[in-house]
Amino acid sequence: MKYVDAFRDPAASRAVVSELASLAGKLRESGIRPAIMEVCGTHTMAIARNGIRDVLPPEVSLISGPGCPVCVTEPGYIDAAILAATRATVFTFGDMLNVPGSEDSLATARAAGADVHPCYSPSAALDFARANPARETVFLAIGFETTIAPVAALAAAAENGLPNFSMLTALKLVPPALAALVSDPAVHIDAFLCPAHVSAIIGSDAYAPFAGPGGRPCVIAGFEPLDILYGIRCILAQLADGQAFVENEYARVVKPEGNVKAQNLISRYMEPYDAAWRGIGVIPASGLRLRKQYGAMDAESRFGIRVEPGTPPTGCRCGDVLKGILNPPGCPLFDGRCTPENPVGPCMVSSEGACAAWHSYRRIAPAGKDA
Amino acid sequence: MAQRIGVSAEGHGKMCLAVPMELTDVRTGGRGTARADGIVRDVDISLIDDPRTGEFVIVHAGFAIERLDRAEAEARIALFEDMARRVSTPEFAS
Repeated sequence: MKYVDAFRDPAASRAVVSELASLAGKLRESGIRPAIMEVCGTHTMAIARNGIRDVLPPEVSLISGPGCPVCVTEPGYIDAAILAATRATVFTFGDMLNVPGSEDSLATARAAGADVHPCYSPSAALDFARANPARETVFLAIGFETTIAPVAALAAAAENGLPNFSMLTALKLVPPALAALVSDPAVHIDAFLCPAHVSAIIGSDAYAPFAGPGGRPCVIAGFEPLDILYGIRCILAQLADGQAFVENEYARVVKPEGNVKAQNLISRYMEPYDAAWRGIGVIPASGLRLRKQYGAMDAESRFGIRVEPGTPPTGCRCGDVLKGILNPPGCPLFDGRCTPENPVGPCMVSSEGACAAWHSYRRIAPAGKDA
Repeated sequence: MAQRIGVSAEGHGKMCLAVPMELTDVRTGGRGTARADGIVRDVDISLIDDPRTGEFVIVHAGFAIERLDRAEAEARIALFEDMARRVSTPEFAS
């Protein structure tokens, strides 16, 4: 595939790995054992799928962050979505189907007759609403900035002339989550490997508050293996030089200012609020919801549904996994009570969840390596 | 093949995948057509300023979220090709 295959070249990967070893040697002399958080779930999955941990110097650790939207969605949101499905046709990203709510999942509700449709694009919900004007249609709008931009475009398309369309939103922002992580004394992170496509929307300048004196290296990398390896190489180079700046290694897509057209559309339809993150808690101004004047498109006000926190599963340590305090095998439920076939926590459900990634790929790792 | 553009075998979306696709048609109303590896898709291009046929865009969940800068991409590919050449030299191998 054009502009994909070139970023998977094994020979170039070996060259980057060689540079990683050299830089790690310098860090070793300084007594630095870097802990790098890959913020985004797509990076988590790509790292696991491509066996990137296996080629890293042993003193370099990668920690999965909170950037899996399914994983940080509260069980109460699932409960509300199931309720919405009793009153409307519901469209959702497929990843959401098996996420446990307080008692049921959308998949079990669907099996019991609820009108729930998995979709690739939110446009499917819009098309359905247009074709079925007598049928209430709800899109489950969850995601980070990459998805928030399409959701804003959806709102613009539906604003006039689609009175039967609404959205149940759980939209979250990456920078406030990073701010919460760096202020948590239990979390130890030396650098951030910043998301690729979230950054396409918000721009590389958005990470400036986390870099600079007293801050951390923030390196934006694409999702292909060479992009990731080279991003880690740049982080090690910054740490070896005692630097901490924002470095955009995905300049083919990410601009300093981001996608301004998308940002303006988002601001027009949405406003920030203090959002609850599953397993983490409430983070100030970390969520976006439809502005009051667009309440007709808000499924909560339209159907009188309230998204409550819900009841998280007993024993599940997804919150600690999402904060990078715990690797998935450290959870007592991992690969026992909690598997992708019978998930207990959301990190085992989404293909981008840290637990699902560790479960899927650790078995093919070389002996003595975790993943 | 379908999984490479973010749609699982069951047709369910994996929500965060996004891939570069070439715009082959730009229409009014913020709609367009894009292709990658022989796959052709109707995409929403309303988030892109002044989209043009022949440009590459990153497509996420059926929406083009940003254009791909071909010059930047080619420069990065050249960097990696150079690194690959160095790794294949006898000096590096030793």
